[in-house]
Amino acid sequence: MYSTILLAIDGSKNSLRATTEAVKLASLQENAVITVVHVLDITQSKYDVLHAQGKADLELTRRKKFVSMEEYLQSNNIAYKLLFLHGEPGPTIVEYANQNSFDLLVIGSRGLNSLQEMVLGSVSHKVIKRVKCPVLVVK
Amino acid sequence: MNHLIEKIKKEWFSNIRGDILSGMVVALALIPEAIAFSIIAGVDPMIGLYASFTMAVVISFTGGRPGMISAATGAMALLMGPLVRDYGLEYLFAATILTGIIQIIFGVLKIAKLMKFIPRAVMIGFVNALAILIFMAQVPHLINVTNITYLFVIITLLIVYILPRFLKVIPAPLIAIIILTVVAIFGNVNVATVGDLGKITQSLPSFFIPNVPFSFETLAIIFPYALALSIVGLLESLLTASIVDDATDTDSNKNREARGQGIANIVTGFFGGMAGCAMIGQSVINVKSGGRGRLSTFVAGVFLMFLIMVLGSLVVQIPMPVLVGIMIMVCIGTFDWSSFKYLVTAPKGDAIVMLVTVIIVVATDNLSIGVIAGVILSAVLFAAKISHVKMHKQETSQGYNYAVEGQLFFASVDSFVQAFDTTIKNKQISIDFTNSHVWDDSAVGAIDKIALKLKENQNTVTITGLDSASKKIVDKLAVFPKQNAKLSDH
Repeated sequence: MYSTILLAIDGSKNSLRATTEAVKLASLQENAVITVVHVLDITQSKYDVLHAQGKADLELTRRKKFVSMEEYLQSNNIAYKLLFLHGEPGPTIVEYANQNSFDLLVIGSRGLNSLQEMVLGSVSHKVIKRVKCPVLVVK
Repeated sequence: MNHLIEKIKKEWFSNIRGDILSGMVVALALIPEAIAFSIIAGVDPMIGLYASFTMAVVISFTGGRPGMISAATGAMALLMGPLVRDYGLEYLFAATILTGIIQIIFGVLKIAKLMKFIPRAVMIGFVNALAILIFMAQVPHLINVTNITYLFVIITLLIVYILPRFLKVIPAPLIAIIILTVVAIFGNVNVATVGDLGKITQSLPSFFIPNVPFSFETLAIIFPYALALSIVGLLESLLTASIVDDATDTDSNKNREARGQGIANIVTGFFGGMAGCAMIGQSVINVKSGGRGRLSTFVAGVFLMFLIMVLGSLVVQIPMPVLVGIMIMVCIGTFDWSSFKYLVTAPKGDAIVMLVTVIIVVATDNLSIGVIAGVILSAVLFAAKISHVKMHKQETSQGYNYAVEGQLFFASVDSFVQAFDTTIKNKQISIDFTNSHVWDDSAVGAIDKIALKLKENQNTVTITGLDSASKKIVDKLAVFPKQNAKLSDH
């Protein structure tokens, strides 16, 4: 089955659902590892740096957002690591996924309507087109 | 030697394609801002354009943060207005050179370490005040003007906010400029243009020594401006450097950046430019466009100068309302919109510091005064907060237990001393320092005073829960453990 799973999250409800599905899949396989990545774009960097008192505080505030998710993974006894990547979400996820080999990429879809999608762009859609491993999009 | 060559290769030539392209994008985005900031400072557009050229080119060699963009900025332009108005351009150049000298001194003194003493509330206040001041500088261009001026501003805003959704390669402000300049020229529209406010010369900047008397009076005039410019320039530059560090997941040498800013400002002053610093907005554009190395900053400066040499005669035709629209965009991008939430969720003291910083900047029209006031206020609030110890008094079978909570030092000894009832007699009294720390001899003196007074009334006094550092200072300085000691020993 899937022993190395890449889970891309943005902290939204959909990405929580994606986490649930990733955990289900990881539970099927012994020694499965979930690599959780969260991409921070430069606008986020700007905001975070301004609101943090130094580097340690920056790291801490970012991790705090995902505490409940980490607890959820831990309570299911899933081996995982949480990484913060920097750049435009779509291309950064694709680059990371293609540089490291994963059995599966799990990603949430924000479920935008067509106007929102035209304006905001669908990250999951961009990722599916260009990533080389199998993808599970969770609605 | 090999190490040096490797470093140069990495910082300059590891991302050639990305750096050249992003540098060109930044140059295009810099032109309208450099002109608009010149107008804020009350100088010819060339002063800001020259500054952006020399700042970018020099900092690409001397800076500590590859990929960051420095040029003429709003924060600096706002500070220099009164100097230009009261004393003229030559004093601005002299002040720019002095700013560079002060920044180099700050850099040598390792100013970057001091950054951590500037509370985030002050930094948030700083960017908000900056946005408000830039906006206020646009207001005169928006009052008593024709309807067509408003239309131009609105169209500019529409272009800069909607177009990037579809076209990302060329900076939208530049497209707004091109479209609306063409419309203004061929439509024979009657709007104010950049040419109404100053000249554009299509030549490279040249070296000259500012024509000011070399006297103490001159120094007295320019020093306050130079100091304010140095502080604000370094503050924005080091904040920008931290943002670029985070966004590119790399580290930078902040003290080298401070010295580099200084060198860049000295060169800028000698070549007839206004003092500048790093810019958050332009650095964000650079990183987003793929710029990472020093080459991107260098290209931004050189390409900007090239464009002015070639297109300078067109620049004077740019309608002012377009620049006003672009400045409004810069304000919106600079303002920290989460501040409203911050005011509610942050600790009260922080929220007050943020507001006070903004209010003082807006009232004085001077960013540096606001920052200094914000830092002092937060230091005072901090001292006030920790200068109070909470005392928990508990009756025990043979006497009383006093639990101390908080930092015990010269400012907090009063609330410590007052908590004790020194009229008690023949009891066992214990003072618990588990949730406290004893900092200085005033604190030890206070403990002594209380202990000796209590002992005079035939009480026994025991002290518990000292952490090792507190115990050390108490053992060293305290008198009360010596049996015959009296209060007068102090």
